[in-house]
Amino acid sequence: MQPNAIPPDFLNHAAQMTRRQLFAGSAMGLGSAALASMMAPDLNGAEPQQRFGGLPALPHHAPKAKHVIYLLMNGAPPHVDMFDYKPELEKWRGQEIPESVHQNQRVSTMTQGAKKLAFPAFTGFKQYGKSGAWACDFLPHTASIVDDLCFIKSMHTNAVNHAPGITFFLTGSEMPGRPSMGAWMTYGLGSETQDLPGFVVMTSRDKEATCGQIFYDFYWSSGFLPSKFQGVKFRGAGDPVLYLSNPDGMSREVRRGLLDDLAEFNAEHFAEFGDPEINTRIAQYEMAYRMQASVPDLTDFSTETKAGLEMYGPDVERQGSFAHNCLMARRLVERGVRFVQLFHAGWDHHRNLSTQFEIQCRDTDQPAAALVKDLKQRGLLEDTLVVWGGEFGRTPFIQGNINERTQWGRDHHPYAFTTWMAGGGIKPGITYGKSDDFGFNAVENRVDVHNFQATILNQLGIDHERLTFKFQGRQYRLTDVHGKVIKDILA
Amino acid sequence: MTLRFACGVLCGFWLPLLSVMTAAAAEPPVNFGRDIQPILSENCFHCHGPDAKHREADLRLDSFAGATATGAVKPGKSAESELILRILSADPGEVMPPPKSNLKLTDVQKQLLKRWIDEGGQYTKHWSFIAPVRPAVPMVPATARIQNPIDAFIVARLATENLSQAAEADRVKLLRRVTLDLTGLPPTPEELDAFLADTSADSYEKAVDRLLESRRYGERMVWEWLDAARYADTNGYQGDPTRAMWYWRDWAIEAFNKNMPFDQFTIEQLAGDLLPNPTREQLIATGFHRNHMINGEGGRIAEESRVEYVQDRVETTGTVWMGLTLTCCRCHDHKYDPFSQKEYYQLAAYFNSIDESGANDAGGLANPLLSFALPEQQKKLDELRVVETDANKTRDELDKKVRAAQATWEQEFSQLLAKSGGPEWTVLSVVDTKSETGATLKVLEDGSLLASGTNPSQDSFAITFKSSLASFTGIRLEALPDDSLVNKGPGRADNGNFVLSELKLQLNGQPLELAAIRADFEQGSFPLSATLDGKPETGWAVASEFGRPHTGLYEVRSAPAAAGDGKILCRLEFRSPHVSHVLGRFRLSVTNAPTATFRSIPDKVREALAVASDKRDDAQRKEISEYYVNNEPSLVAAKKVAEDARKNRDGFERSLPRTMVMRERAQPRETFILVKGAYNVPSDKVEHGVLTEILPIPADAPKSRLALAQWLVSPTHPLTARVTVNRFWQQFFGTGLVKSTEDFGIQGDRPSHPELLDWLAVEFRESGWNVKRLVKLIVTSAAYRQSSKIAPGMAERDPENRLLARGPRFRLPSWMIRDQALAVSGLLIDRSGGAPVKGYQPSGVWEDATFGRIQYAQDHGEALYRRSLYTFWRRIAAPTVFFDIANRQNCSVKNDRTNTPLHALVTLNDVTYIEAARGLAQRTLLSSASKDEPSRISEMFRRCTCRQPTAKEADRLGKRLAVLRTTYGQNTDATQKLLAVGESKPDPQLNPAELAAWTGLANLMLNLDEAITKE
Repeated sequence: MQPNAIPPDFLNHAAQMTRRQLFAGSAMGLGSAALASMMAPDLNGAEPQQRFGGLPALPHHAPKAKHVIYLLMNGAPPHVDMFDYKPELEKWRGQEIPESVHQNQRVSTMTQGAKKLAFPAFTGFKQYGKSGAWACDFLPHTASIVDDLCFIKSMHTNAVNHAPGITFFLTGSEMPGRPSMGAWMTYGLGSETQDLPGFVVMTSRDKEATCGQIFYDFYWSSGFLPSKFQGVKFRGAGDPVLYLSNPDGMSREVRRGLLDDLAEFNAEHFAEFGDPEINTRIAQYEMAYRMQASVPDLTDFSTETKAGLEMYGPDVERQGSFAHNCLMARRLVERGVRFVQLFHAGWDHHRNLSTQFEIQCRDTDQPAAALVKDLKQRGLLEDTLVVWGGEFGRTPFIQGNINERTQWGRDHHPYAFTTWMAGGGIKPGITYGKSDDFGFNAVENRVDVHNFQATILNQLGIDHERLTFKFQGRQYRLTDVHGKVIKDILA
Repeated sequence: MTLRFACGVLCGFWLPLLSVMTAAAAEPPVNFGRDIQPILSENCFHCHGPDAKHREADLRLDSFAGATATGAVKPGKSAESELILRILSADPGEVMPPPKSNLKLTDVQKQLLKRWIDEGGQYTKHWSFIAPVRPAVPMVPATARIQNPIDAFIVARLATENLSQAAEADRVKLLRRVTLDLTGLPPTPEELDAFLADTSADSYEKAVDRLLESRRYGERMVWEWLDAARYADTNGYQGDPTRAMWYWRDWAIEAFNKNMPFDQFTIEQLAGDLLPNPTREQLIATGFHRNHMINGEGGRIAEESRVEYVQDRVETTGTVWMGLTLTCCRCHDHKYDPFSQKEYYQLAAYFNSIDESGANDAGGLANPLLSFALPEQQKKLDELRVVETDANKTRDELDKKVRAAQATWEQEFSQLLAKSGGPEWTVLSVVDTKSETGATLKVLEDGSLLASGTNPSQDSFAITFKSSLASFTGIRLEALPDDSLVNKGPGRADNGNFVLSELKLQLNGQPLELAAIRADFEQGSFPLSATLDGKPETGWAVASEFGRPHTGLYEVRSAPAAAGDGKILCRLEFRSPHVSHVLGRFRLSVTNAPTATFRSIPDKVREALAVASDKRDDAQRKEISEYYVNNEPSLVAAKKVAEDARKNRDGFERSLPRTMVMRERAQPRETFILVKGAYNVPSDKVEHGVLTEILPIPADAPKSRLALAQWLVSPTHPLTARVTVNRFWQQFFGTGLVKSTEDFGIQGDRPSHPELLDWLAVEFRESGWNVKRLVKLIVTSAAYRQSSKIAPGMAERDPENRLLARGPRFRLPSWMIRDQALAVSGLLIDRSGGAPVKGYQPSGVWEDATFGRIQYAQDHGEALYRRSLYTFWRRIAAPTVFFDIANRQNCSVKNDRTNTPLHALVTLNDVTYIEAARGLAQRTLLSSASKDEPSRISEMFRRCTCRQPTAKEADRLGKRLAVLRTTYGQNTDATQKLLAVGESKPDPQLNPAELAAWTGLANLMLNLDEAITKE
């Protein structure tokens, strides 16, 4: 066979393994031997390169981060109850927010026309750490790591409904159909593992199941990029990856034997037909086999210390919980996964702020903080960018009757909200941007969604204007035709 | 090396054959369409193109007039042309394209632009907007294998690359290829034998004719059409209700099988309802444009949805028939192609007068509908409608009467409120207690009950009480704290919570109808009312207000019960999924005070009643009357009757066979340009119209969809025939002659064989849009019949096989891999049409996607073995057994073909594939033709690949079989488990270990690259 007939894709996936790795993956070695013989000789001695796939031109510049963990708080957390402390709201409690502030901007149909009565933070606020960052009393764990976080308090967006809001944050457009951030990144940068998908998605929601939003699969779609860049959703029950397990009655040894023969058949067929797709297929079947071992290994928490597990809180061992997913996220990036997208639903407190908000904080505060601490302890935070935030904020005015505690709520609010980032070359212990005294409008160093995306891409070594894909005659990118890197928050 | 080649291919493709044959020494003149337009379009049109609103510097470069008017282009004088000065400028403020666009011209491109201006700077119309004319078939050497004119074009093109045809594929491969391509299933061993035995010159042609006549032909050909039509079995969006568009799907299969001419196929689907005396089939055909998603979310504005559906139809029509990307014209003029936003809405006018509301207004479907109800079903529906109408009438009349009596009620009610100081509650005394699981229930001094002892995950208490009251109006349930409980309770969960899922009461053996009034505290989505909803998973809970007493009040709605022993049986159920959420301490009391004394009367109503009736403002009057009518028992009952009647009618209507079709309203809607595509921001009114740059429509054409359909298939339309033959070409060769199947516009790819595309388009149209004829032409061409072996170097030189120096080779679509597995295993139930079926699927997929609201109820028996085509397609969670599939959410004319480990996991492990492996093993072991191991191995291998294994291959398989035999011979448990996969039962005659070993071998064969690939 001709060495030059090996397709680039195959080189990316298979040939960068060392011989030892190849043989280690096989009990009987036959299939792997066939595979090894296909590699170009000059590649065998080369330094194993920790990257599989991706565009040759990327990264555009030296990256600060290699991985992203995006904790998307589905339903929109209330910024004035959590981080954006507004004493002024206490003074105005129950009074109408001045028109000079709200300027009659569009709000959701649910509160359109209602009086905008100022409604202060639900619980107490204190300052923490050297940075003196504010956090509410329901967030003791996040409060303990504020010096590792960069708060952006001047976020704003266009969308006022959940699905368009999330789609906007993840794809740069409110309409479904464009690639998700994780798809762009794995398309551009490939992954650092060939044993696991490069873009993994996990979902969770509050135990009380207060909110009915669907996790639409277009949130992690590859859009017009090839479908192999679509996020792989790890399921909250059973096999995390569909069809991962061998059928009942077929052991790993039996499977290995069958795959060894399969590789030989396919290698001989390649010799006759010369189609590079055949080689790719051999490599993909081998990767499937490795995933069958690496995924159970990934989900086996018995290798964690007791203290390590306890750090993530009581739900950590419950598959499908946010705590479980946070620990999984660390284990995924540890294994070289490029982009981990978490969703946690249950923040949509229109009428249940007094009952649900505290629960929601409790369920997410400890795991999210533990994730940052854990990454830091292990030296992984340096090249992992952790992002926390919702699709918009919640109104600083009340939705519902201020005199009926059980009816307290806040509506959707796109004009100002807070997100935080940690690690990945972002300045720790700072607060960037400001909303007005009511938390109504972002007024200082405003950050829009495309700027936010441009900054994340930048940390991964990507110029957001240059990572493009031509579709239907037009060059598309994550940041559409907008976006500016927020230089002030870069370390 | 790769780069140089890539340029060779791209630049070479558009070369007219003539120029190559004459081999002129002088440099040929620049060709605008081939060389210049792509540069201008990619780099300039975004700001200087057809979109007038966003045009910069008033300069347009998409027409000769525009480019010359401003001096950007001075024909013949590149040195004086501003365009050239600007592209050559070194000044970042001057140079075009501007640096911030990230666009950059290469030196070659700059030189081309210069030469083009020096040669006159002429513009020609975009190639695909000029109607095709049948080109002359090129002359080719006599040595070439020419089956039909297709080959002349292919061979001539190969000659320019110094390439020649590949040899013809061997007959086994050829029959497998064409059988899969035309029926989606592999040939049977018998069909193979017959074909190999037929030595006549036209044996292949006869085989093709046989396949074209097979009923499976339509089942195969319809797939790509279903993708294009965004066909699915549910509406999409939240709720995702089921629809019955499979009537349309079956119509489309039949249309392919009947070889309906493509013009008729077009007309019936776009406007079948407007044909004179349309048949039932012609009406079903119009389901094509009802296949889009329907948004039935509660808060949706119907008109907004309706406008979206109209836009979807415009864009789908654009993509499917014309290969145009019209979506951008929703908001503005097209950036590259000469279409205006106005023309988009003129097209929209054709689809804007469907008799639809935009709402999900017909029981899970949206009008207009076609009903297939039998006469007796229709009669029952009519009766249910009468019941519903009557119930509504009764309710409305009562409503009037009740309102008329409001003054009297108000007076009585105010008096009652004034004198009552809250009701008196009598604690019920306990006679007997029982816990379903044996928990201890102890009666305390205050009459409350305390649970202790066994604490199971779920429980149910049955308590018998005695009351001194003969009848009562209200019940009070107190959940009380106790030191013996976690967090002092009141529940027994590990945090002190409880979930009371149901509360049921009987008095004298008669069930009491209760209504929840209020609780002092309700946790999130656990309201008191959930204790009466009959759903065990929901209930009343109080986290995180632990260690405090909580009270739930109920009103008794039943009439006073008949006399009896006065015993009250109370059942408290704790059946939620929340473990041990059982009440720890509680007490029950009753009252016979008027309900008004304990009912939750909103403060606003109290306040309003306190105001003298002539002093009340509108808001106060409204508060009172609304409270009154919503709480008047007779009216509440009448409303319930009316709601039940509606539900009965709705449920029955949904169960009837109905499908969605097109029908025009009596009064057409006016159509407006919508600013940024928003339904509620109309600007100028427009009339029906088409894309005039493509082809004007006769001025006297009727303003109807029928005229639009006829325009699409008119002989002078430049796009429809080209786009259609290109899609079929893509289906057989993997890539279209125009690679961008969805975009024939200026930014789209240029055809690899422009003359061939035009020849085929004209041939197709002039044959009377004869699809089978076109398909036959393609699959009998020498190009198609070539071996698909890739010659050394060709994988790099022509990775996508655009030149067709070999036959097509690519992985089968996932649905076809499944059908093949079923076919070779003998499990396939080869029956056509009908409602979709739910095959094997890992548990929890739908539940995960819908928060448990939609459960996947897998079918059994024959349904599991139907062709993939009939698999139920839930739009928000597509069948997981398929991969690389269109999303069926919007129109798709091109499928991905990727190669990932996740795909390998499906074909290695999915139940269908394991069961098929067992079926294949079983039929081989029972085969009368193969009695010994080598012949069995051969038979099995041949079913999967159509060929015999080589000696080496057979040897490898034999050795593997021996290993498997040992493994399963020693492990009965593994054997039983493997054979138990799938719902069909293994033949009890067969030795289980032997069957398991052969099943493993079959699993290997079904995953061979050769087996899952068309080659």
